[in-house]
Amino acid sequence: MDPIPENANEHCPGPSSATAGRAEGCAGCPNQEICTTQASGPDPDLPLISERLHTIRHKILILSGKGGVGKSTFTSQLSFALAANPQTTVGVVDVDICGPSIPKVMGCENEEIHRSSNGWSPVFVQDNLSVMSIGFMLPSDEAAVIWRGPKKSGMIKQFLMDVDWTNSEPMDFLLFDTPPGTSDEHLAVVQLLRQSGITGAVLVTTPQEVAIQDVRKELDFCRKAQVPVIGVVENMAGFVCPGCRGESRIFYPTTGGAKKLCEDLDIPLLGSIPLDPRIGRSCDQGSSFLDTYADSPAAQAYASIITKIKELINYSPE
Amino acid sequence: MSGNSTVGERLATIKHVVLVLSGKGGVGKSSCTVQLALSLANQGHKVGVLDIDLCGPSIPRMFGLEGQQIHQASAGWVPVYVDSEKRLGCMSIGFLLPSKDASVVWRGPKKNAMIKQFLGDVYWGDLDFLLIDTPPGTSDEHLAAVEYLQEWNPDGAVIVTTPQEVALSDVKKEINFCTKVGLPVLGLIDNMSGFVCPHCAECTNLFSTGGGEGLAKYMKIPFLGRAPIDPNLVMLLEQEDKTVVPNANDPNPDPDAEKKRTSSIVETYQHCELSKIFAAISKTLCEKLDSKH
Repeated sequence: MDPIPENANEHCPGPSSATAGRAEGCAGCPNQEICTTQASGPDPDLPLISERLHTIRHKILILSGKGGVGKSTFTSQLSFALAANPQTTVGVVDVDICGPSIPKVMGCENEEIHRSSNGWSPVFVQDNLSVMSIGFMLPSDEAAVIWRGPKKSGMIKQFLMDVDWTNSEPMDFLLFDTPPGTSDEHLAVVQLLRQSGITGAVLVTTPQEVAIQDVRKELDFCRKAQVPVIGVVENMAGFVCPGCRGESRIFYPTTGGAKKLCEDLDIPLLGSIPLDPRIGRSCDQGSSFLDTYADSPAAQAYASIITKIKELINYSPE
Repeated sequence: MSGNSTVGERLATIKHVVLVLSGKGGVGKSSCTVQLALSLANQGHKVGVLDIDLCGPSIPRMFGLEGQQIHQASAGWVPVYVDSEKRLGCMSIGFLLPSKDASVVWRGPKKNAMIKQFLGDVYWGDLDFLLIDTPPGTSDEHLAAVEYLQEWNPDGAVIVTTPQEVALSDVKKEINFCTKVGLPVLGLIDNMSGFVCPHCAECTNLFSTGGGEGLAKYMKIPFLGRAPIDPNLVMLLEQEDKTVVPNANDPNPDPDAEKKRTSSIVETYQHCELSKIFAAISKTLCEKLDSKH
């Protein structure tokens, strides 16, 4: 169910109910127009989506209220790390429709989507790692996607309904890289996955309060949308100068950073990743940072976070 | 379009309307907006900042105005002012939320309505500049702002980027958005361009280098300047008391030491190294806007 807006009338039937906007209690509600113009009732495509996705064991959302904290970087490194085991199959859905970065950070920028009788085939980065992004459908990387909410939601639905993710084989992970905020794309993913189930969300933040405060909003969203929270990753925590090895904190955790946030809200802190310029460079080149710089402190932080996530969701490769 | 007439009335007393855009999140749109506003206010202009990032409003925290309320006057919503002389005011959904943790889970149409209300109902009075801080992307909020402002010819957009390639492709999208909707691009700021280590003064390019200037040349838009990461600025935008001059380079600050204080964030900002760069950027911007009129 969509959360009931705070300014709704007392007998609100819920914005996603069949009678939204038309029930008796809707008269005079400030949201009535929005509810009546939106498609109401349960989405007839939901069973089709759960049919498509039923062989996928874990569906994980990568969220963050704020932009530029490293959601796409984290998603790509998590997928590379999971797919390092040849037995594990991983898919990545880029639901950031206006700013798709996944093709670039995963090194599959100029690929194209192929169509088969089973639907769209995702782009395979490795035998066991496939990717879907609107980036593959744009004429050039400069083309802007100037779409309003409903069109973006429609695209996301196609990613889930029309893409042949699994070829009916079992799949271990489907990771969702999301845009910043708590709006159309997020609601679309949560609603479309309602029947097939979401394993949980990993929230990415940076240590400063401006980012933490957006993450609190995102946690509030998870609570309202009933998405389980796996934990929080603190990115860009501290910077070690490659020249003198001196450490500085660029994004200063004035309010205690992610540690305090997790303690206050009683959610797991998955770990802190230091700021390493080579992570950004790996992303620009679309390669796996964990493979290239396995000994660096940042790679070790990543590895320990990924182990923790596997533990928290009880994943063990078969 | 009777609904838009109030937007027109509000904008009649505002000389320049500038949007701050970027396709990518976290490149520093809000911090650049704040710095442009502080620089312009310091140069004697009257400035308003409108935050239309409805799902992640950062402007209240950055100006140190968290927890403030918006007052309703007969003329409309009164902006929250940063300084006692009321040279710099701002408006954000952050002031309307019950708590700072509350999420705004809204779809497009509701966000559009809020933006329209901001443009129509806020009593800015006489302003030299209205800076509009936007969320990342090219979607509802951007279309709404451009649509409601269209008839009153907004001056254009300042684009913010960071130098790494991943950001540049999103920013190209944003520039093409501006072309498509007919919004002039006033220039591009290359933000987070390098970080000077406080220990050894060596500059590390955290997010690659030179990307912004190259992009500006490639897209044939003016390049406004390059701003490195300044830990003092990060601290100033973070700390709750904006009258304390930040000193992020001191690894072991003495808690009992007398803190250097100022009268408002406009003055504190002048103690940050970055203020010089943004003073130059805002002067360039002013010249550009004046030559247009």
